[in-house]
Amino acid sequence: MPAKLTILVVEPDKNRADAIIDSLSETGDHHIRVLSESTGLARSVAELNPDLVLVDVANPSRDAIDALTLASSPLERPVAMFVDRSDDSLTKAAIEAGVSAYVVDGMHPDRVKPVLDAAIARFHMFARMRNELAATKRALEERKIIDRAKGILMRARGLPEEEAYALIRKTAMSQGKKIADVAQALVTASELLS
Amino acid sequence: MRTLPLSVGFMPLVDAAPLIVAHELGFAEEEGLALHLQSAPSWSTLRDRLVLGHIEAAHMLAPVPVAMALGLGGVPTKLDALCVLSVNGNSIGVSNALAAELSAKHPLPDFLDAAQAGQALANLGRTLRVGVPFPFSMHAELLHYWLASSGLNTPEALDMRIIPPPLMAQAIAADEIDAFCVGEPWGSITVEQGGGRLLLAGAAIWNFTPEKVLAVRRDWAQAEDDLTGRLMRAVWKAGRWLADPAKRSTASDILAWPEYLDVSAEILDRALSGQMLTHQSAANHSVPRMLEFFDSAATFPWKSQAAWIGTRMAARFGLDRAQSAATAATVFRSDLYRRHLAPLGATLPAASEKCEGALAHPTAMKATNGPLTLGPDRFFDGRIFDPAQPE
Repeated sequence: MPAKLTILVVEPDKNRADAIIDSLSETGDHHIRVLSESTGLARSVAELNPDLVLVDVANPSRDAIDALTLASSPLERPVAMFVDRSDDSLTKAAIEAGVSAYVVDGMHPDRVKPVLDAAIARFHMFARMRNELAATKRALEERKIIDRAKGILMRARGLPEEEAYALIRKTAMSQGKKIADVAQALVTASELLS
Repeated sequence: MRTLPLSVGFMPLVDAAPLIVAHELGFAEEEGLALHLQSAPSWSTLRDRLVLGHIEAAHMLAPVPVAMALGLGGVPTKLDALCVLSVNGNSIGVSNALAAELSAKHPLPDFLDAAQAGQALANLGRTLRVGVPFPFSMHAELLHYWLASSGLNTPEALDMRIIPPPLMAQAIAADEIDAFCVGEPWGSITVEQGGGRLLLAGAAIWNFTPEKVLAVRRDWAQAEDDLTGRLMRAVWKAGRWLADPAKRSTASDILAWPEYLDVSAEILDRALSGQMLTHQSAANHSVPRMLEFFDSAATFPWKSQAAWIGTRMAARFGLDRAQSAATAATVFRSDLYRRHLAPLGATLPAASEKCEGALAHPTAMKATNGPLTLGPDRFFDGRIFDPAQPE
């Protein structure tokens, strides 16, 4: 029975951190610590001496973690290194999912892989959620613009709401544009003219 | 014309301008390229994206490809510097507390007086916490060189902290660091926010510092010679455009866009014009060659510049200096520069290496495609680096 892995997760958002802990826990019994502050990052890593550090690729503080790989003599004894070189596809998958991992040199890849796979799956989910949120927000914005454009047409041409919408849609189709773009143009034009 | 897509990564800094201008002003399109520019959150992420093939080229700290060649940091991969993107552009800032402490003894030195400023910091006689963006950077190399030569006990008394450029102003305001060395606009942003003030222009330490390079994977440059040439030509034309003072306000307006730096054009204009504000109530301080994109063969990747970087890094990380200098020189591809840019009429120096720091004044040099004036390229302490005898 191998000793427990100590895993440090650098993640300021508590909900995301909890989700990561849940999925990592499913891969085995690990010591998992979460660091939410990016100040004093280097000190915390030195104190905890983790086997594995996971940090969001989009986190600007990643450079501070990366610098730790140079602690002491970098060529003789890397304290930690970017995910194991023996598995380039795993490295690629991790970065694409948005997680960067620092693994203590000499640790057996078999032990890291399941943990990393779980982290990758979780980060993929985060990315999906982020995209969904952005899409929802955008749809909401577009809805607002279309409503305003409809209002403008209803007032200016005395059209009922459905006909105003039909007119915008017809214009969009005949010009090969998106409904939201036509609505935006109408709103902009009307702001300029008022 | 059909254009070929190319993904290029950058960090949000004023010196990413040649890539942004190449895209926005149509120089890339002129060369048949459709650049897809991607902002990166950190230098390590930008480096890894390049290494793993997510992007084809990157705006990169000049020492990063050298570090990779020396086996320092990251997934070992050979990166090449096709050309220098920018010369100089950094500034050194201090916290308000440190500025008050220094000025209690003597008036603060001039923004271009590296000897006085270095002396003042060394005389404090204690360890300084200094923020830099990345361990492999001209920021780190300039600081080490300057403070060691000024009598500070390095590396012991130099506590270097790695802080991403956009967080530097916050870190100095929060007393996490006493000083920093950072590229624009982040020094000026610190001044704007009042968390500290600027002490010294980076250009005062070394008058002609190769700051950022255009980096690609060596295997990619080998396999894609045509694309490499197109990219180099587009970036070279963008640098030439940026060198025209009449284009400056357009440049700062474009850089200010949200997808690039998202910082007010007025602040970006300081580095581009060389008119720096060192603190909120100061008048403009004119800095010669604060940030250079083109003149004096600024984009030429001198092998001696790479050798200087390699030698300095070897000293810091305990590697063989002569061997590191030789390895480093292979990374700066003056051969590709000559081959791909000669047809455009780029001025090409007769040699690919020179003594660094030897020119106190602008000096005419032998060159093809017209006259070439180099220098000044002095180090503040007057030392000269001879690539034939790296020490």
